[in-house]
Amino acid sequence: MLIIGIDTATAQVSVAIGGHEGVLALTQSLRGKQHAEVLTPAIQFTCRQARIELSEISVVAVDLGPGLFTGLRVGVASAKAMAHALNVPMIGVSSLDLLAFPVRFTSRLIVATIDARRGELFYAFYRQVPGGVQRISPHQVGSPDDLASEILATGEECLMVGDGAQRYREVFEGLKKIEIVEEGFAHPSASSLVMLAHAQALREQWVKPWDLQPLYLRKPDAEINWTTRPSQ
Amino acid sequence: MTTRVLGIETSCDETAAAVVVDGHQVLSSVVSSQVDLHARFGGVVPEIASRAHVELLTPVVARALIEAGIDNDHVDAVAATVGPGLIGALLVGVSAAKTLALVWDVPFVAVNHLEAHLYAALLEDPEIELPVIVLLVSGGHTLLVLMEGHGRYRVLGSTIDDAAGEAFDKVARYLGLGYPGGPAIDAISDQGDPAAIAFPRAMLAEGYDFSFSGLKTSVVNHVRRNPEVGTADVAASFQQAVVDVLVTKARRAAHDHGAKGLCLAGGVAANTLLRERILDVCVADGLRAFLPSRAMCTDNAAMVAAAGWYRLQSDGPSPLDTGADPNLRLVSTLL
Repeated sequence: MLIIGIDTATAQVSVAIGGHEGVLALTQSLRGKQHAEVLTPAIQFTCRQARIELSEISVVAVDLGPGLFTGLRVGVASAKAMAHALNVPMIGVSSLDLLAFPVRFTSRLIVATIDARRGELFYAFYRQVPGGVQRISPHQVGSPDDLASEILATGEECLMVGDGAQRYREVFEGLKKIEIVEEGFAHPSASSLVMLAHAQALREQWVKPWDLQPLYLRKPDAEINWTTRPSQ
Repeated sequence: MTTRVLGIETSCDETAAAVVVDGHQVLSSVVSSQVDLHARFGGVVPEIASRAHVELLTPVVARALIEAGIDNDHVDAVAATVGPGLIGALLVGVSAAKTLALVWDVPFVAVNHLEAHLYAALLEDPEIELPVIVLLVSGGHTLLVLMEGHGRYRVLGSTIDDAAGEAFDKVARYLGLGYPGGPAIDAISDQGDPAAIAFPRAMLAEGYDFSFSGLKTSVVNHVRRNPEVGTADVAASFQQAVVDVLVTKARRAAHDHGAKGLCLAGGVAANTLLRERILDVCVADGLRAFLPSRAMCTDNAAMVAAAGWYRLQSDGPSPLDTGADPNLRLVSTLL
């Protein structure tokens, strides 16, 4: 079973191919141009590096977000098109799950964060379990202060990861018993995506291309303004 | 050797896919409109449009392939609109199209949305005799174009403020006629007197450029001062003013450049009065009238596939690192 993983949920574009043998090739770019300009050549390059043809792919995995909407859609639209054209199933994984996975070797509470812009973060809490991590909270969106209060309320030692914690470093650094993971782990990676998707694929937990939906966590502004408009 | 081009269009609020052979034989053309999603906001909301494209594009492409009766991997090229349009919306179609081209190992072709509109008329009338004047009028664009050949065209004039379709939408919203404004005003104008109010015809005598924002203000001011005036009369008089300006300038352009015909394109080309008046002018001046069907006037992917086929013949495939350009302009590349 060969899996391609596509992640464009944050500022980084990441593509990986792997399967039983682990990750065979990984392409990652943080400082590229528009995601759409980087992604298609990155897919082509990653295939060549893994020495496989796209027709050998049996599952298309994609980072579902939450993240930056426009970039996120580039990856989701590409992944859907690929799964449709190859006639293979898809697996979607949350960007916060992907952030927590590589830093799982700790007994501390893991807080995965993504900068949601407009003074807010997307975040979720995780705990290490044998072979991976378990999400122990829903995906949430809130201000750095909201998150800081939630962390304090747990009274636990925390490991924070993601570009949200980096961006609002000054809010979290002042809290006791908190460590922020270095910048090298600040973005979701397609290599984690391929590994997590592989585990799900073995359990046949996949979706059809037309059923897969991104995780936005926020309504479009127009709908928010509509529901909060003064009654006429 | 025929070339089957899959066209993809997601520049605004229509998710569309089509299969066209050699730029003229339409095997399928599927358009999924999002009008209902945007109606309550009185216009297209970019984030809502982009989300809908992600949801709709896969089933729309699948249907276009099924209706064309071809297998998933029997497409010879994939063309997509790369601009102008809403950036988030464009990126969905461009990303999907490039990926399909990569998986099928066929050329990807980047298409200019405005050029695609020019090809809509050719698609239905391949025998078209050039040069022609194309009046491209939609919610986002108002252009007067001299088309001398495939890929050879000159923009003679454009709007300096609102697009014609935008004026229809804004006036319809002000008059409480709903969204989209074009069909609403077209319908109610039937019962109104187009000569009831003499709204201004901006820049009628000067050049080929257009201006519609003053007209919209005149409508608002007139209704404020004369609240008793009938909505149908206001709508009919407004529509008459817009059509007068469009037709006068298109006619003058045809005369000045020795055009053989007049061609309508874009969503406003579905307007009944505009179609009638263009026909009248063509009959009077001995010009051929090219009026695409209403389905071809509004955004669709058949015109994208057709324009993509011509581009592929002249320029070859586009690179896979192509992105979207929300401000892409109509520039003649073949001279």
